[in-house]
Amino acid sequence: MASLIEEAPRFFGYYNLIFLGQAFAYTALLSLVGCGLGFLVGFGLAVLRNERIVGFAPLRWFATIYVEIFRRIPFLVKLMVVFFAFQLAGFDASMFAVAATTVALSASAFSAENIRAGLESVHRNQWDAAETMNMGGLTALRRVILPQAWAIIIPPSMTYSVGLVKSTSIASQIGVVELTYAAKILNQKGFSAAICFGTILILYFILCYPLNLFASHLERRLAPSRHR
Amino acid sequence: MPHLVIDRLSANYGTAPVLQDVSLSVERGEIVSIIGPSGSGKSTLLRVLTGLLKPHAGVVHVAGAQVDYGSAAALKKVRDRFAVVFQQYNLFQNMTALRNVTIAPTIVKKRDAAEVEREARALLEKVGLSHRIDAYPDELSGGQQQRVAIARALALKPEILLLDEVTSALDPELVAEVLDTIRVLAAEGMTMLIVSHEMGFVREISSKVVFMADGKVVEVGPPQQIFDAPQTERCADFVRRILRH
Repeated sequence: MASLIEEAPRFFGYYNLIFLGQAFAYTALLSLVGCGLGFLVGFGLAVLRNERIVGFAPLRWFATIYVEIFRRIPFLVKLMVVFFAFQLAGFDASMFAVAATTVALSASAFSAENIRAGLESVHRNQWDAAETMNMGGLTALRRVILPQAWAIIIPPSMTYSVGLVKSTSIASQIGVVELTYAAKILNQKGFSAAICFGTILILYFILCYPLNLFASHLERRLAPSRHR
Repeated sequence: MPHLVIDRLSANYGTAPVLQDVSLSVERGEIVSIIGPSGSGKSTLLRVLTGLLKPHAGVVHVAGAQVDYGSAAALKKVRDRFAVVFQQYNLFQNMTALRNVTIAPTIVKKRDAAEVEREARALLEKVGLSHRIDAYPDELSGGQQQRVAIARALALKPEILLLDEVTSALDPELVAEVLDTIRVLAAEGMTMLIVSHEMGFVREISSKVVFMADGKVVEVGPPQQIFDAPQTERCADFVRRILRH
């Protein structure tokens, strides 16, 4: 403890703070791309897979294959695949772009599955009623199905998002200096593991905790209990 | 010219035939009931009529025009003529009784919201639920939900009302309130095709009864014939077993 207090002023020096701040920004940005873009694309995929909305079967197959493949490959392997795919295609992409692409690919596949499960939890007789009233698939989705599905979609999506924030640390494997990598570097520079990893532990918490608040906010807004 | 003509209609679930060569006709303002054992294709017939299940063969004429179930535009048109009341009510769980009634006229038919709401309130009053318009489906009894579903169907101003075992999911003491509502519609001259297990009601309200078994129409006739002097062994057997208790 005494040594921690002793090295703290040096650890929290100007350059280290800038360094940690950048790493924090990378982690936050990767998480944001994953949660935001991932959820949007995942939503699109879940809709594409729904035969009440999409009549054209090949589109549904495409969405299914995409989801099933990207859910089954470990994150690190996906990272390598995207990395080499960019190289092969001759893109001079930054490591951050590679990591962000991977996070988006991965998150969209997992989100698609969470959203699909939510949509399917709504009884098919709701679709039947909407269809016989001439409501189009997307109108039924927006007015009837989604309001009933949010309560099922949000909790696993938020669990997944928190998991995603943590798995962005794997981007350190290709040299993206996000929080985990930053801690390792500072540790190698001679700071104690306790202060390095203790600091990023708090930073990860700062990143994840608002997600939980956001989740409960969403649940209140989108899936309110009707018996107030 | 009959209002609805079904001519040798067949449909499959996967490879299993569920309707085979079903033919029947309904005159304008007529009430035709379909009876028969479970799995005889009664509800399936209504699903095919409303385009929830594609027919495999046969034709349907509504008001003299043949319906092309393969065409989205034609399907939209025929759905405008029908309204369905389902066995499980199928009310939108996320909407109040009033919203359930107003949503399709406002969102689908894009009619004036104030006018639709006035009509919806009148319809809910007609089915005896003016005091429950702000209740959600899970706050209503089965009989109340089914009456909201009837109001919802009527708000679409259908030419033909399709009723799919509308009392089957109800407790016995709630059946009467729903049947009374249907009697009011019958008195107003609404064309109805009714699938029902309420034999007393069917006998009282129908001008024609269709007995189906194994996806086929076995016998068609006025209620007196079907219930008192059935012409086929199969129908006689069904009626005997149903009316015994």
